Amino acid sequence: MGAHEQAAQGHEHGHAHHHEESFVSKYVFSQDHKMISKQFLITAIFMGIIAVMLSIFFRLQLGWPGESFGILNTFLGDRWAPDGILDRNAYLAIVTIHGTIMVFFVLTGGLSGTFANLLIPLQVGARDMASGFLNMLSYWFFFVSSVIMIASLFVEGGAASGGWTIYPPLSALPQAMPGSGLGMTLWLISMVLFVASSLLGGLNYIVTIINLRTRGMKMSRLPLTVWALLVTAILGVLSFPVLVSAVVLLIMDRSFGTAFYLSDIFIGGEALDVTGGSPILFQHLFWFLGHPEVYIVLLPALGISSEVISTNSRKPIFGYKAMVASILAIGFLSFIVWGHHMYVTGMNPFLGSVFVFTTLLIAIPSAVKAFNYLTTLWQGNIRFTPAMLFSIGLVSTFVTGGLTGIILADSALDVNVHDTYFVVAHFHIVMGMSAIFGMLAGVYHWFPRMYGRMLNTKLGYAHFWLTLVCGFGVFFPMHFVGIAGAPRRYYSYSTFEFLQNTMDLNPIISVFAIVGGLAQLLFLFNFFHSIWFGQKAVQNPWGSNTLEWTAPVEHMHGNWPGALPEVHRWAYDYSNPEHEDDFVPQTVPLKPGEHAH
Amino acid sequence: MAGHAQPIGKEDLWSGGKSPFSISYGKMMMWYFLVSDALTFGGLLTAYGVIRHGSADPWPVGEQVFEALPLLHGSYPLMYVALMTFILIISSVTMVLAVEAGHRLDKKGVVKWLGYTILGGFFFLGSQAWEWSHFIHGSGGGFQLGQPVTVSAAADDGSTIEMTLPAGAWVHMESEFGHAYEHALEHEAEILPAAAGQDAHGHDAHAEDHVMVPASEMVPEALVINKYTLVHQDGKDLRKLKATGEDARKLWEAMEPNTVVFGANLHKNEYAVQQQYANFFFFVTGFHGFHVFSGVLINIIVWLMAIRGVFERRGHYEMIEKIGLYWHFVDLVWVFVFTFFYLI
Repeated sequence: MGAHEQAAQGHEHGHAHHHEESFVSKYVFSQDHKMISKQFLITAIFMGIIAVMLSIFFRLQLGWPGESFGILNTFLGDRWAPDGILDRNAYLAIVTIHGTIMVFFVLTGGLSGTFANLLIPLQVGARDMASGFLNMLSYWFFFVSSVIMIASLFVEGGAASGGWTIYPPLSALPQAMPGSGLGMTLWLISMVLFVASSLLGGLNYIVTIINLRTRGMKMSRLPLTVWALLVTAILGVLSFPVLVSAVVLLIMDRSFGTAFYLSDIFIGGEALDVTGGSPILFQHLFWFLGHPEVYIVLLPALGISSEVISTNSRKPIFGYKAMVASILAIGFLSFIVWGHHMYVTGMNPFLGSVFVFTTLLIAIPSAVKAFNYLTTLWQGNIRFTPAMLFSIGLVSTFVTGGLTGIILADSALDVNVHDTYFVVAHFHIVMGMSAIFGMLAGVYHWFPRMYGRMLNTKLGYAHFWLTLVCGFGVFFPMHFVGIAGAPRRYYSYSTFEFLQNTMDLNPIISVFAIVGGLAQLLFLFNFFHSIWFGQKAVQNPWGSNTLEWTAPVEHMHGNWPGALPEVHRWAYDYSNPEHEDDFVPQTVPLKPGEHAH
Repeated sequence: MAGHAQPIGKEDLWSGGKSPFSISYGKMMMWYFLVSDALTFGGLLTAYGVIRHGSADPWPVGEQVFEALPLLHGSYPLMYVALMTFILIISSVTMVLAVEAGHRLDKKGVVKWLGYTILGGFFFLGSQAWEWSHFIHGSGGGFQLGQPVTVSAAADDGSTIEMTLPAGAWVHMESEFGHAYEHALEHEAEILPAAAGQDAHGHDAHAEDHVMVPASEMVPEALVINKYTLVHQDGKDLRKLKATGEDARKLWEAMEPNTVVFGANLHKNEYAVQQQYANFFFFVTGFHGFHVFSGVLINIIVWLMAIRGVFERRGHYEMIEKIGLYWHFVDLVWVFVFTFFYLI
């Protein structure tokens, strides 16, 4: 080992020898990336259950406005659901927290936290993350942040209610609405901790990928999962700090009497003594994070699908270099498109058209990715595992939601449907469903690597089809509701004459939402049952090429007994005619005369 | 190792099994953290620029607001902040010397130069505390006019300008008179409850305060127009116009009483119509000051570790390089904060 290598490998591992660990250091304050990955996943599943339950609660109100449901009273109590009818303020609070939990805790912390932790060290051939300690801190910041966010549901006045984008003045004035008080304060504290978690995690992911790749693991041999997770981490490190700026200024406005975001506010006809601030400023700062955030959510899912689709088509991924280039291009472009969330804020139309242009540009790398998935499937020897189904499902939702994105990117079209259910339909399909499908594909695919056992395939199929059908059942009709003009986030639409035709769709949407929510019980049962009772996994159940499948099934500190594996080829040598097997792991040396890809 | 240096191909650097930049993960993490932190400051300074640029009223000019030196009277525009900045930059130089001593495994050198760096940090923090307290205290206070007033006022070059100030225009007191007036107002506010039969504070000092001229009878000899703002008209520099004698009295009598403000708090300040001026000054310099403060704390911890020989036993002083990166970054950010809040 040269001096460089020693420096690169960090100081704290090389624990090839076994040593006894206490329960606390193994399961609670673990510094092992595989355990931290499981911690992120289980926490995210728990947060996901809460978020899905909240969505069912508000779908009950939207589907059958003003009707009484005993279940609402059971879960939300007399204060929030008196006589089983959802309270107006409670409605706003649970819509807000549903969005917050899904975007940040499930699809950012959950998705990146789980798969960056599991896959980066294993797929680049490292013993662990660069800093196990900071990695552990990253999880515990995430945990505390989750606890605070859930706690905010139970405080006086209820949780934050101004929508997950927390625009001022609703979020800046504690007296604006019940949820703007303590609930909003806790939301902000939770988010600051969340950013700390994301930063610690992101720094670790980047540095691990750059410094700790094993011998032979050139950047051009990295699996696309790792490329996607790398760019995701970079996006997080660059965009979350700007959210911190926005949030700390908001905290000042709320609690210390500044007026960064406040100007000319009237409450009950009385003017507040504040002028000169700008609520639009907050929107700019927020969306400078907010748009890269979309890709922080989406890129890991796309990376996972590349891996799953290639493995289960038994074909090399089509256009590896184009895939890497589009990941990089999406990452770059995501920083210069945030204005498309703000076309109706009185933005200069010229500036608006610049944002239209940059936003439409993103369609190019996105389309490259979609076509490359299809061309990878083309004439493949396809195995329809549950993971594969979810990945193909992702391609379907990515294309469906992406097409409405083209409409929303154009300012002239967007102003007509801005803040309507059309937008809700768009982002739930393109980012919500796609990212969840990617995450579920990842869980089905790497469950054997995480727990050493297999998930039940039949339950997986049922889970996939119910989720796919219900997902489209929920979000597709929303396009029509939105085009008819229904604004999002309203408690009830019964007073709007012009919306009555489309409101018939609402009970149908709600039924799909409830069935889709219940379908997740199949997954929960499958997941927790299989941890202990699933069929034992073999070392490489899918016939994959990547390094994680060369490590022993039983987890061990340092990942590989003995020396680290050496890499001789790229990760996508499937059905290579020069080899007998239809897969050639990255550790297999080149045959004499064989060319590396 | 140095003697066997071989040229390495780029392909080889990135081919795995080694750090492509030949640096440890810790140092690389520090770099990425600094990039991230730079974006936090970027967000804050951009916010400042947006609010300042979007403001309809003129924004105060640094060299007219910050012109005091501790213990001295008179006008020394930006002198003190220049000294602070200089010391902070010098502390970066001493940090470089500490890193260099670390490379030579020279423990005494590290301890000495890191010690100077810590001193520089303390000087900067103390200066910032003074700067803040001066900013909060103010330089005489100001008020808005309740009605339009026509006065003639003298410019710096001695020429006299006739002008009509609209209702709502800001007029400022000179420092000495302003402080006396503020004192008198505070005194009245304190005495009145006592006169109404409530508990007096009972300080002995109050006995002599009673001989003070009541605030309502005080009249300034001179008032200043455009004290903190830069106004050009027909190519003429109209800042710090002085109205004296009868002109000052006319302005004084046009005062809208509830608009008097001394110094600055988060809600209003004498320097600008916009409360955001003080909001941003406090928040951004405070946020930077917090970075310096944490930097000094970390430096002290590492300094103590160096004294106790921790790095000597470890065989390298890389920790000094990591905290050095952070320290230089904090200095660099100050250069931007200084430019945004003092120079432009």
